[in-house]
Amino acid sequence: MKRDSFDLVICGVGGQGIILASNVLCHAAFLESFDVKKSEVHGMAQRGGSVITHVRIGKKVHSPLIEQGNSDIVLAFEKLEALRYIRYLKKNGTVIVNDREIPPMSVLTGAAQYPANIKGKLKRHGMIYFVDAEKIALELGDRRTVNIILLGVLSCFLGFKKKSWKTAISKNVKKKFVDLNVAAFNKGTSLLRNIYSIKKEK
Amino acid sequence: MKSLLSGNEAVARGAWEAGCTVATAYPGTPSTEILENIIKYPGIYTEWAVNEKVALEVAAGACFSGARALVAMKHVGLNVAADPMFTMGYSGVTGGFVIISADDPGLWSSQNEQDNRHYGRHAKIPILEPSDSNEAKLFTKLGFEISEKFDTPVLLRLTTRICHSTCPVELGKREKPKRKAYVKDIKKRLFLPAHGRLRHVVIEARLKKLTAFSETLSYNTIEWGKKTIGIITSGISYQYAKEAFPNASFLKLSLTHPIPEKLIRRFARRVKKIIVVEEGDPILETEIRAMGIKVTGKAKIPVCGELTQKIVRESFVRKTSARIKPYKVPARPPVLCPGCPHRGVYHIINKLKLTVIGDIGCYTLGALPPLNAMDTCICMGASVTNAHGLEKALGKDFSKKLVAVIGDSTFFHSGITGLANAVYNRGNLNLLILDNYTTAMTGHQPHPGTGKLARGEQGKRIPPEEVVKGCGVEFLKIVDPNDLKATEHAIKQALEFDGVAVLIFRRPCALLLKPNPAYVVAPDLCKGCRLCLRIGCPAINLQFPEDREKPLAVIDPTLCFGCGLCAQVCTCHAILAPTKIKKDKQ
Repeated sequence: MKRDSFDLVICGVGGQGIILASNVLCHAAFLESFDVKKSEVHGMAQRGGSVITHVRIGKKVHSPLIEQGNSDIVLAFEKLEALRYIRYLKKNGTVIVNDREIPPMSVLTGAAQYPANIKGKLKRHGMIYFVDAEKIALELGDRRTVNIILLGVLSCFLGFKKKSWKTAISKNVKKKFVDLNVAAFNKGTSLLRNIYSIKKEK
Repeated sequence: MKSLLSGNEAVARGAWEAGCTVATAYPGTPSTEILENIIKYPGIYTEWAVNEKVALEVAAGACFSGARALVAMKHVGLNVAADPMFTMGYSGVTGGFVIISADDPGLWSSQNEQDNRHYGRHAKIPILEPSDSNEAKLFTKLGFEISEKFDTPVLLRLTTRICHSTCPVELGKREKPKRKAYVKDIKKRLFLPAHGRLRHVVIEARLKKLTAFSETLSYNTIEWGKKTIGIITSGISYQYAKEAFPNASFLKLSLTHPIPEKLIRRFARRVKKIIVVEEGDPILETEIRAMGIKVTGKAKIPVCGELTQKIVRESFVRKTSARIKPYKVPARPPVLCPGCPHRGVYHIINKLKLTVIGDIGCYTLGALPPLNAMDTCICMGASVTNAHGLEKALGKDFSKKLVAVIGDSTFFHSGITGLANAVYNRGNLNLLILDNYTTAMTGHQPHPGTGKLARGEQGKRIPPEEVVKGCGVEFLKIVDPNDLKATEHAIKQALEFDGVAVLIFRRPCALLLKPNPAYVVAPDLCKGCRLCLRIGCPAINLQFPEDREKPLAVIDPTLCFGCGLCAQVCTCHAILAPTKIKKDKQ
C-alpha cells in the first residue's frame, strides 16, 4: 500500500545525526517523485540542545511545519525527547524510539529528574516501537550509524523502493562510509521485521 | 533538472546562475550557509568579512566596478551594515547588488525578533520576499535584474523557515551578464551634501517607477478562490495561510516594497473581507490601510513569535484543544560541549563571583546553570563597551569585580573599537578574550585571527595579541584556560591592575580537535560531593548505586573529551587521567 502523504517528526539531541537522517529521508521521498519539505533549526539550538526536524511528504506541500497532533510518525533518537514531542503525533500514529537516555544538564546537576516510565506514557498515544539502535551500531563497529539504523526502521512504514533509499544514502554520506551505512540501514529494516513477527506470535 | 535545496543553498545557486562574481558575508544564523554554499561554486570571489558593515561595503565596491555582487547577513547584522546601505540606496549601483537579510522570527538563534522589512522602506530600496527555496533562487536572480534595471540595491528578505527549509528546486545554467565598465561619476558616488540633495530627488522618482513595475510583476499574483475571504500575504506566511485557508482567494506579494497599489485595489474590490497575513510587524497591513482599504491583520494574528498554519487559522476560527497535552519534561537548553575551552574560564569567574559583561557566541552559553557566569549580552562587541560604561558610572573600585568576556571572532567583528576607546578614555577595563581559533557557534568559519580564507587558502594571520598591544594596552597575558590555577591567577592579576588589562585565553574549539582518552572516576575515592558537577560538563553524571551510601560521579566515556578539567576541580582526587590508570594497573 503506497500512501500519498506523510508527516514525520524527527527529534532528539543536537549532535545525534538527526539532520543527516532527515536529509536522507527527504532525498528518498524526492526520488519517489513526491513533493517534499523539510524544516530544521541550526545555530544556538544545536549545541547539545533539544532538536526537532519536520519532514512533510506529499503531492504538494505548502507549510514546512507539521501541526501538533498531525504527525503520522514521530521518530525519536532519545527517550525524553520522544515524550517532549509526542504532542505532534496524530491519532493512531506510530512512534519509533531509540532506547537511549541522555540526561539534560538540569538532571545532571540534580535540579530536575529524568522522567520515569516513558514507555508507559508513550503507549497511551499510539503504536510504539522501542529500538536499541546503540547496541546494533556498536555491533556494526561505529556508533555514528545509529541515525541510519533508525532510518531503516522508519523505512518499513513508508513503502519506498529500496533503490531510492540506497541512492539517497549514497548521495548524503561520504563515499567511504556508504557501505557501512547501507548495512546499518538494512539492519534497521530487518529489526522491525523481527518486532512484527513477535507481535504476530502473541 | 530538479535538486533538493535549502533556502540558503538556493540563494547560493541563484547567485551563481545570475553570474554574480563577488560575494561577502559575516556568519550569523540563519544566514551562514549562503556564503558557505557560494564557496562551492567556481567563478565567484568569496570573502568572510570581519563584520557586516565591512562585508556590505566590499560588495558595494565590487558593484561600483560593474560586477554583480551579493552580501549576506542575519537580521541584526544589517543594523551594523545599515550605515553604508542607506547611502548605497542614494548612490544606486553599476553591477547588480543584492543585500540579503535573514530574519529570525521565533528567535531560534538570535537576541531579538526585528522585522527587517522596515529597512527596505527606511532606505527606500525594493524588497523581495521568497516563500520557498525555489523562489529563493528565482528572486536572487530577479534581484540582480531589478537592481540593474532601476539602479538600486535590492533587499532580499529571508526568514529562518525559508533559510532552513528544503524543497525541490529547478536548476538553471550560469548567465554571463553584460558588464558595464567602471566610470568615475562623483555626483552618483561621492556624497557631498550637494550631491546627496540631487540624488534624493532621483531616489523618490525611482520609487514611483518601482511601484509601476510592482503592478505588472508576474510574481505579484492573484490566485482566485472563494470571494468571501481575500488574503494578502508574502514570504513564508503565504504557505501557512494557504494551509489555514485553502479555499480563499490570495494576493501573493513577492516584491513587497514598494507595494502594487492598483493591484491591491483590484483584488480588494472583488473580495468581501480582506485579511493580511504577515509574520512580525503589521507592515503591509499599515500601508494597505493607509490606502483607505479595510483590512484585518494584527488585531487577530500575533506580532510576537513565528507563525504556523495553526496560529494563522486559530486567529480566526475557534481553537481546538491539543490532542495530547504537553508532558512536563526537563528543558534541554543548548550547553557548552564536553572539552569546551570556555568552561574553565567560566568556572573561575563563577568561583570569584564577578560581574560579567558578555557578548555573542557559543560562550554566551556560560550564562546558563550551573556556570551562571554572565550578567549581560546585548549585541556583537557590546561586552567591551558596556563594561567600560559600568566602570565609569560606578567607579574604579567596582572594576575590581568586573570583567568583559568576548570571543575571538567577535573581538575582530566589533571589539577592537571598544578596546581602543577604553584605553583612550583611561578605563579600568578587564577584558577576557576567549580565543578558540574559530567562529564556533555558526559552524567554524575562519576570521583574521585564524589566517585562513573562505575557500581554505592561507591568508595573512592577525594575532589578537598584536591588535591588543597596538591599542596601547599595558597589561596583556596569554593563558591556557584548561589550566585552572593559571586561569585564576591571571584573572586576579588583571582585576588588580590599574588600567586596561587584557587576558587572552587560548585553546582551540573542542570540535576542531580529536578527543583524548576519557577520564575515569575511581569509585573508592569518590565521596559524592558533587563538586565536579559545578563545571557543567555533559559527560559527568551523578548516580545513586544501591550498594553505596553516597552518590557516585560517573563519566560517560563516549562523551568525555579528556580535557581533565573535572580532575582539577575534584578535591578527593577521585577523577583519574587515563595514563594514570594504566600506571596504577602496572
